[in-house]
Amino acid sequence: MLITAKNLGIKGQDGWRVRGVSLSIDAGEIVTMIGPNGSGKTTTAKALLGIIAADEGTITRKESLRIGYVPQSIEVSRNVPMSLYRFLQLTKPHSPAAIQDALKLVGLGGIKDRPVTDLSGGQMQRALIARALLLEPDLMVLDEPVQGVDFTGEIALYELITQIRDQLGCGMLLISHDLHIVMSQTDRVVCMNGHICCEGAPASVIENEAYLKLFGPKASEFLALYHHDHDHHHHDHDHHDHDHDHNHEGHNHA
Amino acid sequence: MLDDFLTRAAIAGLATAALTGPIGCFIIWRRMSFFGDTLSHSALLGVCIGLFLSIHQTLSVFLVALGISAALQWLRLKSSLSSDTSLGILSHGALALGLLLLSQLPPSQIDITSVFFGDILATSRTDVAFMLGGLIVGLVVMRLIWHPLLVATINKDIATAEGTKSKMAEFIFTLLLTMVIAFSFKIVGVLLISALLVIPAAAARQMAITPESTAIIASLFGCLAVSGGLSASLYADLPSGPAIVALSLAIFIATFSYKLLKR
Repeated sequence: MLITAKNLGIKGQDGWRVRGVSLSIDAGEIVTMIGPNGSGKTTTAKALLGIIAADEGTITRKESLRIGYVPQSIEVSRNVPMSLYRFLQLTKPHSPAAIQDALKLVGLGGIKDRPVTDLSGGQMQRALIARALLLEPDLMVLDEPVQGVDFTGEIALYELITQIRDQLGCGMLLISHDLHIVMSQTDRVVCMNGHICCEGAPASVIENEAYLKLFGPKASEFLALYHHDHDHHHHDHDHHDHDHDHNHEGHNHA
Repeated sequence: MLDDFLTRAAIAGLATAALTGPIGCFIIWRRMSFFGDTLSHSALLGVCIGLFLSIHQTLSVFLVALGISAALQWLRLKSSLSSDTSLGILSHGALALGLLLLSQLPPSQIDITSVFFGDILATSRTDVAFMLGGLIVGLVVMRLIWHPLLVATINKDIATAEGTKSKMAEFIFTLLLTMVIAFSFKIVGVLLISALLVIPAAAARQMAITPESTAIIASLFGCLAVSGGLSASLYADLPSGPAIVALSLAIFIATFSYKLLKR
């Protein structure tokens, strides 16, 4: 186990932002947190990283756990002269060969001397991922890594994340809002809304009532798509509309 | 040799400029120039308190600036005010209190022009000793906190998540900034201290491509401005502070034009 949180609670200005969150991440595992805006995904991740203090509960880390963090967005002041090459070595120096490899892997080869402030949103996301993977972390935490990236870019980025996991054997905590891609690239899904609504393998979560309630039509639509794909009815567009009239009573606040 | 007021002023001025280079870089990178201004304004209050209580002015300026930094931190934690508002309150509050105290001091006790605009004649032997000690301590400390401070400047969350000791570095940096303010007010005057932090660093930014080279170039530009400004003060009988800052401005205009033309 890389990191384990037990019964985590973090207070906001008015009441608990998250409470009763128990979560653990194993080496080589991709765990994805999903949930609507303000559901406490980033808050939980930041508490795990030690960026914000938890008001209750405990966090246990594997001894000398190495962390690579890809924050949601980062704005570097234009006043700071810093090349991409230097930025990749922000917290630790690396060999030129390792940097070259990392840049190639994320598709940024050839622009290592460009000032980081001149990178586009998508390039910045890739630079942040390259920077984190160069640390050869035990645990990588990625907060909405596909923000500002177009759809094909998103798929490529998720494939890249899986590839990094396979290469480094590290654990990954991902925060995402995109249900479709998440479900195909994740070992475990944690569905959040101020607490953990449900969690488990993607196939079990998408059938869970708490999940369907949280994501509403978007989830139902995806569920249909998922079944469609898994029933191998490819190119058969005449499938029936599923009935999504679920009974939401007995919602289990796990 | 130290009997010579010009030698003393030159040592004090160069020591200050060498230190304001790297510190000024972080002032512009961290967008703290208003904070620098606030501390400079508080220097007037420090000078007057020093005169009233008959303690060394460098010490009283240092302590008052420290108090202002602490008050700012306290407001940040306890109030819902944005930091520029807090700074506005403290900056002008300290300036007003300083002016009130100033009006109560007998004119024989204080030379207003030299407080505001700097006075190369005012550097005592104690000051020179203070500044040389401060320069060495300052450069060593700056070297030690450079890395964690730079990481925190780029992104605080990354710094914390990846175990960089950034909180400590930020705290030490504030102390260092306070010290530099206390050292430099005699040379450039309370009104223009933060100019010596911001302008050479901004000029260096036009040419440098790494954080480290920016700091070194900023120090060199600062020393150039100080030497030129002190000479102008001596030979043309100009106030030293404005002469130094005007020269910094000229350096900035030159580097900025160079950059525009190169593009």
